[in-house]
Amino acid sequence: MVAVESRSLTGEVPAQSPIQTRPEILSGAQIVCRSLEEEGVTTVFGYPGGAVIPLYDALPPTNLHHVLTRFEQWAGMAAIGYARVTGEVGVCIATSGPGATNLVTALADAMLDSVPLVAITGQVMQGLIGRDGFQEVDITGITLPVTKHNYLIRRPEDIASTLKEAFYLARSGRPGPVLVDIPKDVFIAKAPYTYPETTGRKSYQPNLVPNMRQVRLAAEMINSAKRPLIMAGHGIILSGAEAAFRDFTEKAGIPVIFTLLGLGALDEGHPLSLGMMGMHGHRAANRALDECDLLVNFGARFDDRATGNLSGFAPNAKVIHVDIDPAEIGKNVPTDVPVVGDAGEALKLLTPEVKSRDHTGWRNWIEGQHNRVLRAALEDRPEWPEPFSIIKTISEVTDHEAVITTDVGQHQMWAAQHFGVRHGHRWITSGGLGTMGFGLPSAIGAKMGRPDLEVWTICGDGGFQMSGNEMATAVQEGLDINIAIINNGYLGMVRQWQDLFHARNYSEVEISAPNFVKFAEAFGATGIRVTRHEEIRPAIERARSIKGPVLIDFVVEPEANVYPMVAPGASNSDMIQDPQWSPSPEDV
Amino acid sequence: MEQSHTLVLLVEDHPGVLNRVVSLMRRRSFNIDSITVGHSEQPGISRMTIQLRGEAADVEQAGKQLYKLLEVIKVVDLSPNEAVIRELVLVKVAAKGAVRAEVVQTASIYGAKVLDATPSSLMIEMVGREDEIESFLAMMRVYGIREMVRSGRVALARVAPAKRGHVDRITDTPYAVAD
Repeated sequence: MVAVESRSLTGEVPAQSPIQTRPEILSGAQIVCRSLEEEGVTTVFGYPGGAVIPLYDALPPTNLHHVLTRFEQWAGMAAIGYARVTGEVGVCIATSGPGATNLVTALADAMLDSVPLVAITGQVMQGLIGRDGFQEVDITGITLPVTKHNYLIRRPEDIASTLKEAFYLARSGRPGPVLVDIPKDVFIAKAPYTYPETTGRKSYQPNLVPNMRQVRLAAEMINSAKRPLIMAGHGIILSGAEAAFRDFTEKAGIPVIFTLLGLGALDEGHPLSLGMMGMHGHRAANRALDECDLLVNFGARFDDRATGNLSGFAPNAKVIHVDIDPAEIGKNVPTDVPVVGDAGEALKLLTPEVKSRDHTGWRNWIEGQHNRVLRAALEDRPEWPEPFSIIKTISEVTDHEAVITTDVGQHQMWAAQHFGVRHGHRWITSGGLGTMGFGLPSAIGAKMGRPDLEVWTICGDGGFQMSGNEMATAVQEGLDINIAIINNGYLGMVRQWQDLFHARNYSEVEISAPNFVKFAEAFGATGIRVTRHEEIRPAIERARSIKGPVLIDFVVEPEANVYPMVAPGASNSDMIQDPQWSPSPEDV
Repeated sequence: MEQSHTLVLLVEDHPGVLNRVVSLMRRRSFNIDSITVGHSEQPGISRMTIQLRGEAADVEQAGKQLYKLLEVIKVVDLSPNEAVIRELVLVKVAAKGAVRAEVVQTASIYGAKVLDATPSSLMIEMVGREDEIESFLAMMRVYGIREMVRSGRVALARVAPAKRGHVDRITDTPYAVAD
């Protein structure tokens, strides 16, 4: 900001004189850039086009690092990856029309997974809006149900205050995506610029600190429970409350199961951790759900993939639900004690109220529910380079510290089952929307956000072919990311459903692929092919030693299924176990 | 059990707010029987009255989701016992010759007003409860309704704000603790 100083006659600034400032006059595009910088944004992901040319015109002199992806949808997913590793707001930019519509899937992904995201889209000149101008779409209308809120800005004077509010909305309360649509002439027009210091709408007041009466009711219920169980969700990680959560679980002595997005809320190596619950959850986790007399849900929304058939969900349990979003209370599962608030704030109040317990008998019972036959079989390491070994080896070699992003499908479930996530913000997967192609772009975003951490993406051969062009982005940015493709030549999860529930009618699931090694090399990256078990570890170690993106093509058994599995519509107690590794009835 | 509900919303008076509200109701598969929007007593705040049918739990869930819309300030599910609910109807009724006096007389039973006349018809205004309006319209159908418009419900709580049966944003108090 240019300070217009009041000077004395001698030309010196009087020591005590207040420095008067007059707002700078900037273009709308410059105001956007300044506002982003004010919000602490350093990295944006995007793709230029007609309506945003003025914005891109204003970018070069700023300190904003723009990552040029090869498709707007992947700019959105990269921004999501960035947001999820850093806990900051991810920012993506697209032009009007097709650029904007290509962002829709990313917005929906961020909406379902509560990811703080600000999307800036160009719009046609205001005089053309509503007249089917070239590359015009009503993006605020289109994105209404997949954004936390959206805006169409009409005057350059409104840009700074709107972006201030957009960032506040995106990151506060239950985080989510906010879209800001800016017509081309508003980018060009000039206005005085001052960045507002505060924002607030009386209609928007996130519930942060829970009602103490509810906390006490919850504590009483926890203290009197015989077989309590905690369901850990994404809310704990979004709240940054992992340490407070660990202290709470240790004091209360309650075992923990995780939703897909809750992985990392507590170190999976912790003695209280039972791993993931739900459709592909661990047997002990789902068995514990059946038997528990109290279920304490921290920051999860009882998604159907986690709960299975609701009529058979935690049938013996009373339910405490801690959630920042009151609309989640009772939405899917009747709740005995709702605690509306931020997970961290709730834990701060709840931990002192609960009694120290160890629940030894209950925990011993759960310990007996693990599928030991399966565990032993997996530890045997068969000759085939099978997915369990690949994921276990990546986690061992990186000491569980790497950021893992995944695509969507079988490999995602194998990774969720076996990686052993140790920290929050290191497990990045598309949970609610299940967006194929998510793996590579989210890894790019993750590496941009946390260049200090090793980043691996685990993909299937199907999902990778959706977003594989982003190899070019990774190479252009010189990113050290490692890509593990679990290549079975099928759209594996659909094939598994066809196998188990559609009489092996393999309809349109056989998928060919390019030679992935040559594919990587064509982009200027490194490709490695693994076809035998003993090649797994050397390949992973080699990938870590090579600069730039490295792709490993793991050729795995074509028809391996993910077990255990709860059939769609069935209860979590009805787990289908791997027929190969559950030979005796008591192991089923 | 499906019941008729009257949701009253106070919303910021911005373009697109009605669209957001209606879009959310559509997503929850509610069929809106009527919706009225107009100014409230506070400048910049509009008042919406939505009449819909649904299970109590579904309507409560919709109310909670309506609160997630940035412009929605308050949502109240008005119970008929606690509120005055009225509707206005304008009807153009065929009324020629001898029938004319009969139509006017019938209308007066309902406290309805004749607003306009042509040689062959009368335009009548009636304000009242829904059941009164239904009864009035049944009578008018005997003479022949040529055209009709209904305003949809408007409603005010007798005591403000309603204490029960409403969805409110206060942290967790509205949810009864079961058991």
